[in-house]
Amino acid sequence: MYDRFMMRKWLTLAIAALFITAIVLAGCPGDPNGDGNGDTLSFSITGSNTVQPLSVVWAEAFMDQRSEVSIAVSGPGSGVGIAALIDGTTEVAQSSRLIRQSEIDQAQARGVNPYEITVAQDALAVVVHPSNPVTELTIAQLSAIYSGQITNWQELGGEDLPIVVLSRDTNSGTHVFFKETVVQMRGLATEETSLEYGPNVLFLPSTSAGIEETAGNTRAIFYPGLAYVTADVQALAIKRTADDPAVLPSVETAQDGTYPVVRPLLYYTNGAPAGVIKDFIDYCLSPAGQARVVDVGYVPVQ
Amino acid sequence: MPRQRSSATTAECALEKGLRRRWRLGERAIEGGIFLASLLAIVVLLGIVALLLRQGLPIFSYTPPWAFLFGTRWYPVSEPPTFGIAPFFVATLWVTAVATAVAVPVGVACAAYLSEVARPAIRETAKPIIELLAGFPSVVMGFIGLLLLSPLIQSMFNLNTGLCGLAAGIMLSLMSLPIIVTVSEDAMRAIPDDFRQAAYALGATKWEVVRHVSIPAALSGISAAMMLGIGRAIGETMTVLMIAGGALAMPVSPTAPMMPMTAAIASGIGNAVRGGLQYQALFAIGLLLFLMTLAVNLVADAVLERQKRKFQR
Repeated sequence: MYDRFMMRKWLTLAIAALFITAIVLAGCPGDPNGDGNGDTLSFSITGSNTVQPLSVVWAEAFMDQRSEVSIAVSGPGSGVGIAALIDGTTEVAQSSRLIRQSEIDQAQARGVNPYEITVAQDALAVVVHPSNPVTELTIAQLSAIYSGQITNWQELGGEDLPIVVLSRDTNSGTHVFFKETVVQMRGLATEETSLEYGPNVLFLPSTSAGIEETAGNTRAIFYPGLAYVTADVQALAIKRTADDPAVLPSVETAQDGTYPVVRPLLYYTNGAPAGVIKDFIDYCLSPAGQARVVDVGYVPVQ
Repeated sequence: MPRQRSSATTAECALEKGLRRRWRLGERAIEGGIFLASLLAIVVLLGIVALLLRQGLPIFSYTPPWAFLFGTRWYPVSEPPTFGIAPFFVATLWVTAVATAVAVPVGVACAAYLSEVARPAIRETAKPIIELLAGFPSVVMGFIGLLLLSPLIQSMFNLNTGLCGLAAGIMLSLMSLPIIVTVSEDAMRAIPDDFRQAAYALGATKWEVVRHVSIPAALSGISAAMMLGIGRAIGETMTVLMIAGGALAMPVSPTAPMMPMTAAIASGIGNAVRGGLQYQALFAIGLLLFLMTLAVNLVADAVLERQKRKFQR
């Protein structure tokens, strides 16, 4: 009787130990599984929620042609996608910003070689409430707004109202791209890499939340991708410097290079793509694939 | 009826022994199962704590604990990154304070009405409806806050934006209300009816009974309800992520846009590379959140204990 009781006790302890081990193991970084290439007929694309609608359109069209292929697309944010590629949990990372050197280092430490493909381009519009009298801004003015140096619309020729500055949160590639290109004015004479988003900037979890707030708030300013601009908000014309012409965002102005806030939309794979992933990316870059880009509201590569 | 006593007793005895043994075996198996279930809870808890410590503590070799707790600059994706979480901590306090200040008086008043005043028919209809409020997913509450409450708050207080701690706190109070009402009401109904009858016999009015008998007698249950409500408010993520505004500045009033700790974790974890500095910093925030809820529970326990001793006299 006593023995049996002890046995049960030991069994309980053994099972408990198993659970603990399982939990500790779960906390350990897993090995990168699968090299992402080869002849897998199902693969996943994850990352930027800007690229997401485009990837979905491409994936559906590609799966119609090749019924044996299945593609899973998800869009939690560029950083998530690149982190997933590094962790080996996705085959293709979609991103709306360039991969950082620190991320390349982390990837290589895990035996992953990020391979970059530009699949489309996106123009970032700067939008305000339709009743806002301000219609154009320079990059330097935008930088001053987002870094907190200009806080009232009056300083920009608008009404005497404080500016409510809206941004995407740090999960978003748009956040990083806008910071480097506009807040820090990359490529301009006034470039200043120590500039950061000011403390009064509101970081929102999604682009649609920013559109929603801008549509209902006369003091707001926000930077959605061109595809997200609706009739409820007004896009501003942007000047590279005070001497340049003011250009409204559109597919044409983005493609001919006159609109200044244009970014590449990228796919990253582990090494050059092969097999079905190569077929898919070839389709994306083909004239048929690039025709879809305009439908979604983005800008074709060529 | 004559029986062969001795043999029957032996047979019965053997049968009984067998039964009892089998019975004991079954009982022990059940006992073991229950023990295992409770052990599992403890093991999971310890596992989570270990994970938080393992992933979160290394940040303190980059940012010393005091700079982490009292620093006001949070720039995780800059070069070099800085991690100061004081604005997040204060934001969590604001949002929780607003939620508690709204939900507790309303919730307790509602519970007192349901348990002491309302006719059974009303109570039986009203209670399930209130409990239904708990069934709303937090993302839906976020949408309601975004579309209805935040424009209202913006125009009422003439704010720059309605996305602020006040809006988030009010939505959170709606989410913790069902817990507070249900638990407080159960506590009040559990009071022996003698208490009330004695008070009425002394000529007390209904209000005096509620004020001086029912609420004090149920105070342990009510404070437990309060703590559950506060715990819900501290830990809620989706709603505050959507409507608290997400500004990094130190919030000086509840009407400022702010980013509570849960929202900071949710809006940063996706971007953080495993094992990176930002990842560690976010786990450290999680650790702090855990310590806060632990503190709330300890306080609740202490209050309950004191209440019990008071009633023993």
